[in-house]
Amino acid sequence: MGLNRGAEGSVIDTFRLTAEEAAGLLERGEVTATELHRAYLDAAAARNDELNAYLCTVEDGAAGASGLPIAFKDVVSTKGVETTAGSKILAGYRPVFDATVAARCKDAGLSLLGKTNMDEFAMGSSTENSAYGPTHNPWDPTRVPGGSSGGSTAAVAAGLAPWALGSDTGGSIKQPAALCGVVGLRPTYGTVSRYGIVAFASSLDQIGPVTKTVRDCARLYEIIAGRDPCDTTTVELPEPVAVPEAEDLKGVRIGVPKELNEAEGIEPGVSEQVERALETARALGAEIGECRLPRSVEYGLPCYYLIAPSEASSNLARYDGVRYGLRSTPNGDVRAMYDRTRHDGFGDEPKRRIMLGTYALSAGYYEAFYGQAQRVRTMIRDEHAAAFEQFDLLVSPTSPTVAFELGARTANPLAMYAADLLTIPSNLAGLPGLSIPCGLSEGLPVGLQLIGRQFSENLLFRAGHALERALDFDYVPERYR
Amino acid sequence: MAISRDEVLHVARLARLELAEGELDRFAEQLSAILEAVGKVGELDLEGVEPTAHPLDLVNVWAEDEPRPCLSADEALANAPDREGGSFRVPAA
Amino acid sequence: MSAWEPVIGLEIHVHLKTRTKMFCRCPIAYFEPPNTQTCPVCLAMPGSLPVPNRKAVEWTILLGLALGCEIAPRAIFHRKNYFYPDNPKGYQISQYDEPLCVDGRVVVPGSDGDSEVGIVRAHLEEDAAKTVHVGGAEGRIHGSESSLVDFNRAGTPLVEIVTAPDIRSAEQAKRFLQVLRQMVVELDISDAEMEKGSMRFDVNVSVREAGESDFRTRTELKNMNSFNFAAKGIEREIRRQVELYESGGTVVQETLHFDPGNESAPPLRSKEEAQDYRYFPEPDLVPLEPDRELVERLRGGLPELPWARIRRLEAEIGFTLAEGLVTSGRDELYSRVPGEREAVANVVMNELAATGVEPADVNAEELGKVIAARADIPRAAFAEALAASGDEGFSAERYLAESAIADVSELDPVIDRILGQNQQQVEAYRGGKEGLLGFFVGQVMKETGGKANPKVVNERVREKLKA
Ligand SMILES: [Mg+2]
Ligand SMILES: [Zn+2]
Repeated sequence: MGLNRGAEGSVIDTFRLTAEEAAGLLERGEVTATELHRAYLDAAAARNDELNAYLCTVEDGAAGASGLPIAFKDVVSTKGVETTAGSKILAGYRPVFDATVAARCKDAGLSLLGKTNMDEFAMGSSTENSAYGPTHNPWDPTRVPGGSSGGSTAAVAAGLAPWALGSDTGGSIKQPAALCGVVGLRPTYGTVSRYGIVAFASSLDQIGPVTKTVRDCARLYEIIAGRDPCDTTTVELPEPVAVPEAEDLKGVRIGVPKELNEAEGIEPGVSEQVERALETARALGAEIGECRLPRSVEYGLPCYYLIAPSEASSNLARYDGVRYGLRSTPNGDVRAMYDRTRHDGFGDEPKRRIMLGTYALSAGYYEAFYGQAQRVRTMIRDEHAAAFEQFDLLVSPTSPTVAFELGARTANPLAMYAADLLTIPSNLAGLPGLSIPCGLSEGLPVGLQLIGRQFSENLLFRAGHALERALDFDYVPERYR
Repeated sequence: MAISRDEVLHVARLARLELAEGELDRFAEQLSAILEAVGKVGELDLEGVEPTAHPLDLVNVWAEDEPRPCLSADEALANAPDREGGSFRVPAA
Repeated sequence: MSAWEPVIGLEIHVHLKTRTKMFCRCPIAYFEPPNTQTCPVCLAMPGSLPVPNRKAVEWTILLGLALGCEIAPRAIFHRKNYFYPDNPKGYQISQYDEPLCVDGRVVVPGSDGDSEVGIVRAHLEEDAAKTVHVGGAEGRIHGSESSLVDFNRAGTPLVEIVTAPDIRSAEQAKRFLQVLRQMVVELDISDAEMEKGSMRFDVNVSVREAGESDFRTRTELKNMNSFNFAAKGIEREIRRQVELYESGGTVVQETLHFDPGNESAPPLRSKEEAQDYRYFPEPDLVPLEPDRELVERLRGGLPELPWARIRRLEAEIGFTLAEGLVTSGRDELYSRVPGEREAVANVVMNELAATGVEPADVNAEELGKVIAARADIPRAAFAEALAASGDEGFSAERYLAESAIADVSELDPVIDRILGQNQQQVEAYRGGKEGLLGFFVGQVMKETGGKANPKVVNERVREKLKA
């Protein structure tokens, strides 16, 4: 039973209530939108000090809303509500416009609970790179929630929001979803608008749902997906979103890429849970076979850490102290102002990536680094396409490890980068990936990654839903039960 | 693949980032390690492979030449660190 | 002393007169209060994304075709990265190694035959914001000098045209620019008004000894705001470089800011602080693949271009008049007016132009009649007719009804009086200064209030001076 039950007799158990169930309460008139909103704000008031999942909450967020409340990762521009992307350089910045996904949520009647914590500019895998302090994992507050959408996944896991939006560039939805025991979808590149999303790496960034169940995930995806005239890299969905019903996997061919499942650094406890999930899949009627992604895993990480920082070095050039955000004013001309503002405003990780990307794009290095990385990207796409000739879905652990201790990897950027080893290859290929919790190892959640062909979200939902039912994972952290 | 202090300084200048003395050494060391790791892409012979700039094969996405409402000057300047009248003010360029 | 050959290349920026900006749908307006024509995109607010303007793409293709370019089957937008307060994103969206138009060729007619200028490329990009420098009069403490930034202009579509270094004189450069300007105006894709900044150009200049095949170091003249200044600046830069070489010096690659009021061109920035723009494909945009049918339709719709018209008219009226008429946009009227060609050309180019009458409004048939009767009507009537030639219902009849004084008995007393009053000039004329004829004729015309027939006056004055 939830610790945050509202007034006597309240039916709002924010720990356990799925978005679908909450919608049912609303529909039947058992609660109002305002009461729901209030219940989650109360939960945040009770637990956010410990978790630091929210950077800010919106007290009057339910005004005019008819639907469920939702939390947004702080990359989503929200008109009039501070949007910092976890960075000091955007402290106090209040957008004058809504991101397209924010507008779609508003149109669907959703109310904004607040903005969730994240690694600065979505650069990180632990939410420790936030200028506003780390988020803690609801399963064990001495551990990281994963990242960069750790605020959103922690908020959903701890019952501070029924669902949330995250963003995923190299694994920033999937990996923290895995570490927090919730469902996270990184949609096919181009299905969800990036308009109004603080950019990290444009050719990789995608917004996606963080939810308790796969059905909730499909419902939220349905709200946010589809072509946006303000984002020329979006397309119309080839088929409507189908909220999954089926509880079997008959006729689904699942490939188990050797390199993704036997990569160095995968904890035995993680492999064990993934194998158990595969057994379950087989029992549900799936055909399972081994397959290969010969070079995608080995070269995915280096490829990603050239492409993403290169794009980031350019995307983050606009933070110059001229039009919004922080400005430091040393003596001197405008260049001195730029240099100091960017020195003061960016944390170490953005600085590292800006310099790395600037280097990779600079005269004399472009071909060897950025140009070559783009060719590797083609190779990775081709390898995935080949695997999908025989299989409908590919499966692996989402993260090589369960949630690690806070501070364990902060001194070693490369160790931190390895957290996304298994999510990066399919992201580079532009493919959708769903992470669902599939069990516990050392008392901490393990995530199962399901990768599909472009635009195969419906199949991911179907498979994810069937497995979720069969695996019967309890998404309420043990310490809250 | 090591990156020298001078190269770090050069890159920081291009990226308009001031670096403090201590930061310079730390970043040179970290960036060297990262460059060493990402330099791995150079092992592959990908001659003749087309680069992928974008995961979707879209072309010709544009809009018609029809005006939409602008922001007011107050909205445009709402977050400005410094302004004078309707303009953004910056130290001398 | 050896003969030096100038080598000149041009980079021309032309604003397209689309209704909205290149990557957002803010209207393009030149004289609005600062920052009132902006949106999240052209202010580079976090998360905003560019959406290309279809019309701008189409017009760039049209311009490329007029420049004799090939239209690329696939073109890519790139990011050009640099920091400046007028560059809100920290990068300009431009085109780099895959531009829309490549490999063109323009014929520049000259009095001594045609020359050709190669067009390396014509590409589409966005303009920067406007930055105004202000002093620190308000007593702000340190470094009180500051700049004010207005983003109204930021994102205006620009076509950048780059020529090959094929131009060999300042005069040829000027002619090329005039003809090019006229072309974009006629294609109806730009105002190309230099005062507004909707056409700007940079000039690359080097010199080499006649017979040399390699190019020497060049300098770049920026911020040219008129054709005459450009010609002047180029000439001066050629002289400077030649003098440098002849005195044993060398030319340094640099950018020079031309100040027409000041006879010097101080360096703007030397290349030692070389820019590294880190171009890479703009990941927020997808490639352009111009539809071949559209390209052919645009090609089919191209009007006869200025250089071709100059060539055609030159046979009738000589190069100078032909070029003048075409580059001032008056040749269409010239073609409509019947009559002796050179006389028509002269009137259309000079006297009519001076009236300010819009060429398109002129009733050409009636104007032709007036020009044909020019010698027989009073000068004042002729001038009135020209001034009225653009009015609705303009008819030559009224002006032709007035006849000039051709009667010698009426004119002779006036002529005698003028000659008597100007004995000194009469002596000079007789002493060989025959150019004074016009002076006497002018005086007579003045005396008669422009009503005398100039031809008759001419003859009589000449006769009397002979006596
Ligand atoms: Mg340019
Ligand atoms: Zn705009």
